[in-house]
Amino acid sequence: MPEEYSWPSREASAVIGKVHDRLDGVVKSTGAAKYTYDVNLKNQLIAVAYGSPYAHCKIKSLDVSGAEKTPGVVHVEVLPQGKKDTEIEWEGELLAVVAAESEAAAREGVSKIKITVEELDVFADESNLTAAEVAGRTGKGGGKAETVNEPGDDDDEDEFVEKELQRLFDESKYVLEGEYGIDAITHCCLEPHGATVQWKDGKLEAYLSTQNVSGTDEGFARDLELTADDVHVQCEYIGGGFGSKFAPDYWGIAAARISKATGRPVKLMLQRDQELKLGGSRPSGYIKVRLGADENGVVQVWDSLQWGSSGFRGGGVSHSVIPYVLVPPNYRRVSTTIKSNTANARAWRAPNHPQACAMSQTALDDLAAKMGADSYDVFLANLVNATNGKAEVYRAEMEVGAKLIDWKAKWHPHGKGPSRGAIVDGLGMGLHTWGGTANTSSCLLKIYPDGGVESFCGTQDLGTGTRTVCAQVLAETLGLEVGQVKVNIGSSRYPNSGASGGSTTVGAVCESHRRAGQDAVAKVFDLAARELGVDASVLEAVGGQIRDSANHQKRISWRKACSLIGLKPLEVTSNYRRGDESPLTDSGVGGVQMAHVEVDKETGVIKIKKFVAVQDQGLVINPKTCKSQIYGAVIMGIAAALYEQRVTDPQSGKFVNAELSDYKLARLGDVGEIVVELYEPDSERIRGVIGNGEPPAISPKAAIANAVANALGVRVPTIPMTPKRVLDALAKA
Amino acid sequence: MTDSKQKSAPKSGFSRRAFLRGSGAVAAATALQTQAAVAVDDQGPNVVRGETSLTLNVNGQDVNVSCEPRTTLLDVLRYHLDLTGAKPVSLDGSSGASTVLIDGKPVMASTTLAMTAVGKEIKTVESLGGEQPDEVVKAFVEHDAQQCGFCTPGFVVAVRAFLDKNPDATEAEVRAGLNGNICRCGTYANIVEAALAVVKGG
Ligand code: FES
Repeated sequence: MPEEYSWPSREASAVIGKVHDRLDGVVKSTGAAKYTYDVNLKNQLIAVAYGSPYAHCKIKSLDVSGAEKTPGVVHVEVLPQGKKDTEIEWEGELLAVVAAESEAAAREGVSKIKITVEELDVFADESNLTAAEVAGRTGKGGGKAETVNEPGDDDDEDEFVEKELQRLFDESKYVLEGEYGIDAITHCCLEPHGATVQWKDGKLEAYLSTQNVSGTDEGFARDLELTADDVHVQCEYIGGGFGSKFAPDYWGIAAARISKATGRPVKLMLQRDQELKLGGSRPSGYIKVRLGADENGVVQVWDSLQWGSSGFRGGGVSHSVIPYVLVPPNYRRVSTTIKSNTANARAWRAPNHPQACAMSQTALDDLAAKMGADSYDVFLANLVNATNGKAEVYRAEMEVGAKLIDWKAKWHPHGKGPSRGAIVDGLGMGLHTWGGTANTSSCLLKIYPDGGVESFCGTQDLGTGTRTVCAQVLAETLGLEVGQVKVNIGSSRYPNSGASGGSTTVGAVCESHRRAGQDAVAKVFDLAARELGVDASVLEAVGGQIRDSANHQKRISWRKACSLIGLKPLEVTSNYRRGDESPLTDSGVGGVQMAHVEVDKETGVIKIKKFVAVQDQGLVINPKTCKSQIYGAVIMGIAAALYEQRVTDPQSGKFVNAELSDYKLARLGDVGEIVVELYEPDSERIRGVIGNGEPPAISPKAAIANAVANALGVRVPTIPMTPKRVLDALAKA
Repeated sequence: MTDSKQKSAPKSGFSRRAFLRGSGAVAAATALQTQAAVAVDDQGPNVVRGETSLTLNVNGQDVNVSCEPRTTLLDVLRYHLDLTGAKPVSLDGSSGASTVLIDGKPVMASTTLAMTAVGKEIKTVESLGGEQPDEVVKAFVEHDAQQCGFCTPGFVVAVRAFLDKNPDATEAEVRAGLNGNICRCGTYANIVEAALAVVKGG
């Protein structure tokens, strides 16, 4: 066993930190990669589900006889929530499943299902706090108050805070009041949620589109009264998850039941509108803010009331991240939740943070506008309020970002820039933070007597490059080329590895693979040391050789060394448990983003001219896939800032734009020039690996909204900033 | 298809007949068309049943498939031929994920009936793979123009078709000409680089 786990220095690294093509690039680009939707099992049935057309109702009857009679339909299953007298609380809730010989037949069967209901009152106007109160749909979402001065023993705490905040506002050089909001959006995975399953001899083979390969066998087992050992979950490739695919979901369980009942494999994928309606959404958030700042624009006091909804269970954006990152010494934040007849939210890339960032750093930018100051300077001054100890990282990243976007030359005071006809331009910024603690992970590493290397780990690659990172870490550790390492992931039969959520995966697999690599190579060193007549402690694995680090002539090839293993492969399983101190990984990152936009005051159309993202993430394993993550996060952010919106009819609660033609996402021509800079000085690199899936997805909305405010001299308060909202804001000004 | 206790319409004093009379023939005609459409909806689509035997030319080979007349080309590719590169993302073709080439032109397999492709040359993304992958595939790998990869086959075919038509495309043309496909993971920046690399390389 090695003395301790560690990373090689920048100079000594041959593979880590170097650009490497994604290992599954070719199979993905040529259609050879098989996703859950693509797995066709012999004699399979295709199932399509029927969802409630009503957002809030009590079921009187569900007549599936028409579906049963439809040619090609083999089995119809009414789900528990499709039974008489069940209360349905959101549109799209699945009530029955039709399994047929073809997708077309299943869909036809679904179209024959008849429902009668008693309609119940609908509330879906999440942005409207007053209406929610009138409808009796609000609840307490908690809150917190902090003041530098403490209340006396006899003081009523609430009264004291009220008075103290008022006093601080009175003392403030600048007071700003604003209202901001960000509508609900959906995950909209391009591969919908679903599974292809086969129940055979009391065991379940499940191809599941999941971010949680190691954990979903238990999910199936629990609901189907099996043991986890009876369930084999596989997911080689997944077409998007973003926080929405952690469980088999009740439709996956339904597919398994139908497979059991029919004795045939079953494929059940959500239809596109169902994916938008049920596949996951991000809570909406709206806020009323009052802040007070000193003469330098440093916020001293913050008072906010926020509301929003995570669906029919209430919820909303957590108040715990308001105000976002830059928290003044005195604040009060109160949150009200709204019970809305919309589908339950699921974790969406950096839960709570994008909304919190968009609801608080917009206020900070409006403060800059009110002061007539440069937003950059106001953000810089407020770094004293950074609560995560990252002020210096932000300062450095702001400098890098400002250079890349040419902030100094392009800056103009809010609304005072030159215009070309109706076109004005503006700059804006935002900054963010995220944890990214490495998840639990185990890796089984086999080294074969012929020198072959193969690893097994129950993790998954959401498109983040997990596979490639695993191979790079092993290649580096064993002194081999990436192509000499075979990485196996995506099966619940492999050693357990945590779900991919919260930017925890790259850290997790780096822990388990580096450990396994170091543990295994130590054993190979022992064999080689005997052969070379040296002490194992002087050996290193470099360039396909095991050699004496002081005398490179004393060496044997990797193959030769492995031939000493014997007939059976050398096997090690190495583990990391989430939360254990480790020199290999860390948590807590910053990140600064800046946007340069153009707005047409006549049409209200916003265009991204340039977007700069500067991101720290500790040690970077593969700059190429790492940058791709950031590009992707920024592009998702552009979509959410300008286009994406779940439009719910307030009367009926229907999600009216649940198709890709209506649910507007950014297209290739919409994203402008994006510049990504990995911030990795030695002080960051030394921290070890930290995941970066979430952090860069946080700031784009604030940065773009602030750039638009800078261009127009008017705040477009609610995101997405659709042309209509831009024109409304201009008309109101 | 659905039937329920309807909420009573708000009383607005609005008379349908008066409205028709007042607004003339155009409005009346529109109303009639709407009613006709509703009537058809009530009956559901008229499905022509039974299996049809088709010969399709897919990736240079003639293949025989037996399927219902309503079967889309996408379903034939995916379920009959196990060519699963083209993806079902949106039934209406708005995602571009099911893009294939028919007689060299990009077409959404999800909105194309298989029978209408008889006698035409169908090329799927799989034809761009093999031992010597297409330049576009190589550029997608080199420029990491894929994350989850679910949109990627559709994009690869779309880029191939676009560059066949515009071999000397400029960056502005690339950004303007590839908006029929959606990528949720946000690989657009990499796709632009990949497409431009093919232009430069060719
Ligand atoms: S790579 Fe995931 S949708 Fe494009």
